[in-house]
Amino acid sequence: MSDDIYREIILDHYRNPRNKGKVENADVTVHDSNPLCGDEIDIHLKVDEGVISDVKFEGKGCAISQASASMLTELVMGKDLKIVKDLKKEDILENIGLTNLGPARIKCALLSLKVLKVGMIKYYSENDPQSADQIRNESSLY
Amino acid sequence: MQRSIVNSYELRNDFPIFRKKINGKELVYLDNASTTQKPYTVIDSITDFYSNYNSNIHRAVYQLAEEATNMYEQSREKIANFINVRPEEIIFTRNTTESINLIAHSWARTNLKKDDVIVITEIEHHSNIVPWQILCQERGTRLEYVGVDGNGFLDLEYMIELISSRKVKLVSLSHMSNVLGTIVPIERIIKIAHEHDIPVLVDGAQSVPHMPINVKNMDCDFLVFSAHKMLGPTGVGILYAKKEYLDKMTPFMGGGDMIKEVFKFHTNYNDVPYKFEAGTPNIADVVGFGAAIEYLEKIGMENIRKHEIYLTEYALESMSSLDYITLYGPRDTKYRGGVISFNIADIHPHDLATIMNDHGIAIRSGHHCAQVLMERLDVPATSRASFYIYNTKEEIDKFVNAIKEAGRIFKI
Ligand SMILES: Cc1ncc(COP(=O)(O)O)c(C=O)c1O
Repeated sequence: MSDDIYREIILDHYRNPRNKGKVENADVTVHDSNPLCGDEIDIHLKVDEGVISDVKFEGKGCAISQASASMLTELVMGKDLKIVKDLKKEDILENIGLTNLGPARIKCALLSLKVLKVGMIKYYSENDPQSADQIRNESSLY
Repeated sequence: MQRSIVNSYELRNDFPIFRKKINGKELVYLDNASTTQKPYTVIDSITDFYSNYNSNIHRAVYQLAEEATNMYEQSREKIANFINVRPEEIIFTRNTTESINLIAHSWARTNLKKDDVIVITEIEHHSNIVPWQILCQERGTRLEYVGVDGNGFLDLEYMIELISSRKVKLVSLSHMSNVLGTIVPIERIIKIAHEHDIPVLVDGAQSVPHMPINVKNMDCDFLVFSAHKMLGPTGVGILYAKKEYLDKMTPFMGGGDMIKEVFKFHTNYNDVPYKFEAGTPNIADVVGFGAAIEYLEKIGMENIRKHEIYLTEYALESMSSLDYITLYGPRDTKYRGGVISFNIADIHPHDLATIMNDHGIAIRSGHHCAQVLMERLDVPATSRASFYIYNTKEEIDKFVNAIKEAGRIFKI
């Protein structure tokens, strides 16, 4: 029920998003939207020697999509870019503490992961084309 | 406040879906602008058709096929009577969207030239925008928009100015906004357009289900609407066009039923309306739509309109007592149907719809297939509640309580 979804932490990340904005000289910027509800997310990535040295997001939409994006940036900041390929739906739902969302709302929660994965693949295609294909194949969509 | 003549508490028993529980609560269905629920008479008429009359129409001479053909054509007559036109001016399509596409394909594509102008408005549903964009790309015709104010009222002065220019060859507009509920002064616009010999297409998807429509008085050249928004089944749309237009229109799809004689390299087409109904149509659902029309006529369209005014006024009054609600659309129900778009502080409509669902309440959230209007209103999304005959005052109380509950959860 909604009281379990819209807990303090979700509302906090919705109203005070972490890592929101642009990254100076980003290596990649990716945008996507969810046509059902119009949620929008942009993710900017800066990568140094394979490590995510900065990640920020911009977006508008429901509390779930925006809080999930905010929490995802915290999760991957400073991590090896390659770990993005292994992130799954369950990891995200656990990260935001919402494991009982219905199918329509799960899409909101996963939008930022989808954008981040596309960003990772784009980064490798531009900077390391040889491993890009392999990473694309290995990357679980959700 | 006016009282309602429609006894919605009693009517609800005619609709099996209201026995269903959502999250242990009674279903409060407030998404009627999207699609409506179906009464037993409609559901039963479809079962009855398949059980007792099923066969293809217009093709065979055996009894069953004659009965099926009669039922299909009787529906056409009921619909024609309902809007006061002749049966041969009614064409069955799949939905409003297909009806508009049919006009774009079979009339506009052959009658409009490069630089001819089609006038639409900022309140249009995507189905009255995209077909014209496609046509413009193909033919080099141009699209012009009549703007609206924050309540969805058209800039009539600009509309008149446009209409007076010789380039305009079609005015196509919604009779009632599916987002704001705003009712357009359609008869006045049609009169002005006709003074300049410009035909008018009326998107009646939101008006025909909710108020009396008399095409003879309105004098529109084309009228389109969907059965599923007026208690009928999905998969049936209506295109009304004046006979003089139908006679000049080229076919939409080619195939069986729309022909008189087929030769190796050419075909003589069937008479209207069959010329525009290629292939086996949605026979059972057309019959079901006939049952829906009978049901609506029994209640009376005037009474339905009054009931919705009553509910809308009650809802607007209850909602405006909450200071964190932003209401969109006209306040005077003379100019408004039973549709209320709103926003609550910083709660995204999608989150509100999720909270409403806890209470068994179905409302819509998003852009409502009207992104041009959303842009004009400068809001990315709204929540929308829309009413019909089976909605009650008590349901509106539940709805307003759920709004307060959302305010509590979001700590507003
Ligand atoms: C004003 C208006 N026009 C057109 C449509 C499209 O109707 P359909 O989806 O049945 O083709 C709708 C339905 O949402 C509508 O509200």
